[in-house]
Amino acid sequence: MGGRTRREIYLGEGSGTGSGSQHLYVNMGPSHPAMHGVIRIVAELDGETMVNADVEIGYLHRAFEKECEAGPYNNAIPYTDRLNYVSPLINNFGYASCVEKLLGIEATERCQYIRVIMSEISRISDHLTCIGASAMELGAFTVFLYMIKAREYLWELVEDVTGARLTISYARVGGVKADLPDGFALKVLKAFKETRQVLEEVDKLLTGNRIFMDRMVGVGALSRAETIAYAITGPLLRAAGVSYDVRRAQPYWAYDRVEFEIPTGRNGDNYDRYLVRLAEMEQSMRIVEQALDALPGGPINVDWEGRAIDPASYVDRGKQGKTEGLLLIPITLSPNLAGLERPVHRAVNVADKRVVLPPKEDTYGSIEGLMNHFMLIMDGYGIRPPKGEAYFAVEGANGELGFYIVSDGTDRPYRVRCRPPCLPPMAALPRMIEGEMVADVVPTFGSINMIAGELDR
Amino acid sequence: MDGQAILLRLTSTFGPGIVETHDHRGDHTAVVERSMILEALRFCRDDPDLQFNVLMDLTAVDYLKYPEREFGPRFEVVYHLYSLPHNHRLRLKVRVEEDDARAPSAVPLWPIANWFEREIWDMFGIRFDGHPDLRRLLMYEEFQGHPLRKDYPVNKRQPLIGPRN
Repeated sequence: MGGRTRREIYLGEGSGTGSGSQHLYVNMGPSHPAMHGVIRIVAELDGETMVNADVEIGYLHRAFEKECEAGPYNNAIPYTDRLNYVSPLINNFGYASCVEKLLGIEATERCQYIRVIMSEISRISDHLTCIGASAMELGAFTVFLYMIKAREYLWELVEDVTGARLTISYARVGGVKADLPDGFALKVLKAFKETRQVLEEVDKLLTGNRIFMDRMVGVGALSRAETIAYAITGPLLRAAGVSYDVRRAQPYWAYDRVEFEIPTGRNGDNYDRYLVRLAEMEQSMRIVEQALDALPGGPINVDWEGRAIDPASYVDRGKQGKTEGLLLIPITLSPNLAGLERPVHRAVNVADKRVVLPPKEDTYGSIEGLMNHFMLIMDGYGIRPPKGEAYFAVEGANGELGFYIVSDGTDRPYRVRCRPPCLPPMAALPRMIEGEMVADVVPTFGSINMIAGELDR
Repeated sequence: MDGQAILLRLTSTFGPGIVETHDHRGDHTAVVERSMILEALRFCRDDPDLQFNVLMDLTAVDYLKYPEREFGPRFEVVYHLYSLPHNHRLRLKVRVEEDDARAPSAVPLWPIANWFEREIWDMFGIRFDGHPDLRRLLMYEEFQGHPLRKDYPVNKRQPLIGPRN
């Protein structure tokens, strides 16, 4: 046997904690139960301590930027849904606003408020997912279920407005696809009531929870200077005590007309990030409530109480086979559909005929409308911003979401660059986890809220 | 400090090092000589009036098929800077020739440049001198070509890669 211990016989020469110990390489991912997306961390471990980590991304690369160059401006909108698929509306609006900046136009007042409302609803659902998922990974499964329940209420709102839950494609350059539905404000208030209850429960379950705090306080911390050097924005930067928020620093849309606070932390650790996100959801709800109150234009849609049903939904119901009782509703349908969509369309879209498709009654009802329609649809025509470049930043759920678009004067973007808000924290992930225990990777990674769709594009 | 004043400050400091400036749609932009870019970035970061302490974004554009730019320098490396203390933005650009597609690395100034530059190398094939670890970021090692170059066809197929032993 010589001088070898039993451990060395089993595990080989130099095992154990003596001077001859070797580091162990462990692959976390690309597919791992505690990874929210596909990402690989090559970890070099000394016992249970992380010595070195190499983060490998790109498993969800879908050539977003290349695809954007291949089609007209509005064709990129569905791709932007899939960037951050937890809060797709913010991406939608960010891209549309960047093209608007390139064109030198500004969305209508009502559209700006709609964008604010929908962005904030998205932000809440994003934060709910982030906190819920990271709590689940630490064993708090109940919290996850509660939060997903609350997210469901918000996604129902999103579905009401856009017709889809995830791949919403709601924004258009120069406006939005459609106006808010009737009775939306009431639904929002109801959903927020439920969400607030969930948040209160979660607050009680997690914020002072011994197990949760043991795993979160002081873990994954990054100093303020380092956070800035890594260009990290959003909740992670605010958790380090810097109150930078694009909505406040360089207000866009209607954010300068609503009141809200920017919650900040102090230590920049996982626990502060959690607290910042929790506080931000309340602020987002405040913003939505104010925006709904201030929403200019008021209800535009045809009033259902007045028994006047608009032709479009009449046709829709017929297509779905819901013909029962339809004929009993007296409607007035003019042959050219005049005046039924136009006021709504004007309220949410800019008046620029070179940018926004005309309302359908114009397309089908007048030769000018038809020509206008085709001038925007035909290959080689469409939206043609003048030569130049523009960078437009919005506050995404994870930080500054920037779009940089270069136009060559044709109907296709020459170059679209998306600045993904979760790339900088991912680049800094090795700094956050090195020197800590391997189990701490899970809460730290959860607090970054990496969305692979946006990271890998 | 407003954008015009920043551009003025840069041109007065670097003189011929600033090739051109413009402010399309309110985005103030300066095109910097490649040999001066690191100095310009450091100046922007450290000057008390500018204090651009965040490298918000770093990307590149291939101008191969841009009207009237077909014969000029093919690539532009684009730096988007933001100042937290002063709340202003600036865009710096460096023009890079195709047969000498290199730029100095900004990693000594901002650690985040590491990943941004790896992505540019991956997507455009521009090398960054002094970069500690210039690997592809999004694509895999065996990938051939640089997909965001304008002469890379959008429907190009790549050979299948078998498992490595």
